[in-house]
Amino acid sequence: MAHQTPEKLVIVGNGMAPGRMLEELFEKAKGRYDVTIFNAEPRVNYDRIMLSPVLSGEKAYTDIVIHDDAWYATNGVTLHKGAKVAQIDRAARTVTAENGITATYDKLVIATGSSPFIIPVPGHQLPGVLAYRDLDDVEKMLAGSRDGGRAIVIGAGLLGLEAAYGLKRQGMDVTVIHLMPTIMERQLDPAAAYLLEKALTERGIEIVTKANTKRILGETKVEGIELEDGRIIGGSMVVMAVGIRPASNLAKEAGIAVNRGIVVDDGMMTSDAAVYALGECAEHRGTCYGLVAPLYESARVLADRLAGGEAEYHGSVTNTKLKVTGINLFSAGDFADGEGREEIVLRDATAGVYKRLVLRDNRIIGAVLYGETSDGSWFFDLMKKGADITAMRETLIFGQAYQGGSPLDPTAAVAALPDDAEICGCNGVCKGKIVATITGKGLTSLDEVRAHTKASASCGSCTGLVEQVMSLTLGEAYNPAAVQPMCTCTELGHDDVRRLIKAKGLKTIPAVMQELEWKTSCGCAKCRPALNYYLVSDWPDEYADDYQSRFINERVHANIQKDGTYSVVPRMWGGVTNSGELRAIADVVDKFEIPMVKVTGGQRIDLLGIEKEDLPAVWADLGKAGFVSGQAYAKGLRTVKTCVGSDWCRFGTQDSTGLGIRIEKFMWGSWTPAKLKLAVSGCPRNCAEATCKDIGVICVDSGFEIHFAGAAGLDIKGTEVLGLVRTEDEALEHIVALTQMYREQARYLERIYKWTKRIGVEEIRRQIMDDAERRKAFFDRFVFSQKFAQVDPWSERVSGKDKHEFRPMATVGFSQAAE
Amino acid sequence: MDTNWPTENWHSIGDISDIPLRGARCVRTPQGKIAVFRTAENEIFAIEDHCPHKGGPLSQGIVHGTAVTCPLHNWVISLETGKALGADDGAVRTIPVRNDGGALFIALESLMIAAE
Repeated sequence: MAHQTPEKLVIVGNGMAPGRMLEELFEKAKGRYDVTIFNAEPRVNYDRIMLSPVLSGEKAYTDIVIHDDAWYATNGVTLHKGAKVAQIDRAARTVTAENGITATYDKLVIATGSSPFIIPVPGHQLPGVLAYRDLDDVEKMLAGSRDGGRAIVIGAGLLGLEAAYGLKRQGMDVTVIHLMPTIMERQLDPAAAYLLEKALTERGIEIVTKANTKRILGETKVEGIELEDGRIIGGSMVVMAVGIRPASNLAKEAGIAVNRGIVVDDGMMTSDAAVYALGECAEHRGTCYGLVAPLYESARVLADRLAGGEAEYHGSVTNTKLKVTGINLFSAGDFADGEGREEIVLRDATAGVYKRLVLRDNRIIGAVLYGETSDGSWFFDLMKKGADITAMRETLIFGQAYQGGSPLDPTAAVAALPDDAEICGCNGVCKGKIVATITGKGLTSLDEVRAHTKASASCGSCTGLVEQVMSLTLGEAYNPAAVQPMCTCTELGHDDVRRLIKAKGLKTIPAVMQELEWKTSCGCAKCRPALNYYLVSDWPDEYADDYQSRFINERVHANIQKDGTYSVVPRMWGGVTNSGELRAIADVVDKFEIPMVKVTGGQRIDLLGIEKEDLPAVWADLGKAGFVSGQAYAKGLRTVKTCVGSDWCRFGTQDSTGLGIRIEKFMWGSWTPAKLKLAVSGCPRNCAEATCKDIGVICVDSGFEIHFAGAAGLDIKGTEVLGLVRTEDEALEHIVALTQMYREQARYLERIYKWTKRIGVEEIRRQIMDDAERRKAFFDRFVFSQKFAQVDPWSERVSGKDKHEFRPMATVGFSQAAE
Repeated sequence: MDTNWPTENWHSIGDISDIPLRGARCVRTPQGKIAVFRTAENEIFAIEDHCPHKGGPLSQGIVHGTAVTCPLHNWVISLETGKALGADDGAVRTIPVRNDGGALFIALESLMIAAE
């Protein structure tokens, strides 16, 4: 098969629209293009419409990533992160980023999105004035919310209200300022706006309508705002959510036709035949879209065009849902009063329900639903199809379940939907496709359906509908109310499994699988390591560790790297070393030609790029110098980071180094549900950064302040204070008892801060600080289990344990060739 | 098992007891590393030691049923077909294995050896 040289496709912008376009393009014409993306944001493609749940704390950033780094690698896409394009040279067909990176193109897609509109009132440049557009804005809001105080949100549209709700959830007082007499006036009629305003006020959000901002107050940072009528509202943060405008400057400067957005035809082509525009920056037939569904529709068209097809985009009808937990709101189409229009209204004051349909020529042209929105997709479907509703006019407003006298089964409405009815508006997935995929691929869980169909994989508001489709298709086999199972091998969740292991006295993995009715013969890579940990933790003296159920790092006591080599980190107690140890490390590096030596964040030295076969010999040499494994690979105790403390530091209040070493020598070798990193700082200046660790100690004159549940990885979170103790002995007892409580109660892979969030800081304080008897019992159980855990895994393997791990089984096939 | 394979291409690689149950070992060949697996049921499979996703060493993964989970990014590969399971797409080559009462042999294509 002859291979043509791939054409060069360059995309400016890495939002949801180009992401979707590429998925479609790779499906249609993989290999046709060499794709290069310039992303002004320093990250991958994430689900921007889910920023509000991130702000409110209901989701984390990792939950909303659409394409991870692996996706770009797998598809051979070059992604320049943090590279904002400064210039397009259409004559030379190149784009150049501010950081100097240049790429040439055969086809160019501009997908620069939109910029938030900032009202240029005096004070708009003060620190503390934020927009609400991307993850950076969310992070700034979260950072600002930590100090409490009042946030002022300007603009009561969809984004403004979601921001207000999120900030309220983060513990701030919130006032929303809105220029118009009613909120969300573009999506809601006054009656629904009233209900929404009432619901938000009940949630503690203050709403001020007919309010025009005159200026933002403050000298060096935001202190409040002044309205045109003279009213002053104090606050430490101002979020402007008054609208967006297409980011079309780049195209304009390149001489491409720009109106409000970049003008495109039905094939998404701009005035230059080699240049396309997609997403919020594009203007199609006079309309700029800001919702994801129309952008995905146009992305599909563009993908088809780039693959050589002739698809056309004819514009979209859109609908809106508000993502505020507990408030159900749906709006679509045009619902202004007008000549030739009729309306059907249903109100139920006790239930807080308001529904209004706007009709013209016996067809639905607009719908507003508040309080009860399950018929939204049905109305929307009728609207898009322009269906004549004359025959069901009398009962139309009651929804689909009332049509044709069918019984009031909650899933009847979904059952009655035709196969081409749209279930997921964001991704344009219809009912027929979901049903076909479930039956065709034998899917049983919501996650699987999301993975294969993309339905409910964007904003998630159709999750209920998708689950109903699943119930209809799978019948009894689908039970959405069940706890999240450990994995597909069982129906039981982690907590049930832990409880039953103790209650039934199960002491081997086969016993657990038999007694708890595992659905697979020998589990999977998710449940086996979890079960192994639970058994090690619960029966330290009786359980024989199952190495084949451990992840490779814990099996060979080193960290696997991307190229299949390993890294080795010897333990340096409390981060203290000496010339003899350093010399021994230097000798090992030379002898084994170790390509990379790196100081870690945990105050020790990482030797990277070691071949697996060399590991035992490396350990033998390190062992001679007195080194043991640093367990840098373990779901277990990693490091205890320290500062130099009262021995050296003029501010030190206690011997923080000594305490750190003491804790590390006491606790090394212990397995925990997830990795466990500690630190001890000698004074509140906190040079050992103890307040973002799993467990930390801040030494003070009066004793030792014990902290826990910090995070500085995927999430960033300061620690909680467990309490203050007077002596080193007490500090050790409390830390050890807390660790044991975590070991016994947390789910596998659950870091201490997530476990804490689940069971509550107060409960942990009660068990560890207030209940001396219980604390002592935790401490004793830890000490008992350490008897079986504190064996250096490296010296065991130097002595010959698990030889098979480090040698190839055979070398074959070379002889004939060599001779 | 493919018994029609020419006998001279079967290479002895050792005994079944050399491989832990639910485990794997590597065999070095001119065609790259081959991972030889032994399942809980004592079945033996051989596949390329190279995940179709990012080339991770499959021999280092956790073995469950007749599948292995790659240690780098958790792709699950069928030992029987070499194909990625679940929502992922991709495949590795499977290599014929013979188990003569515990003595294990793999077949290497003669063409590949001659080319060396």
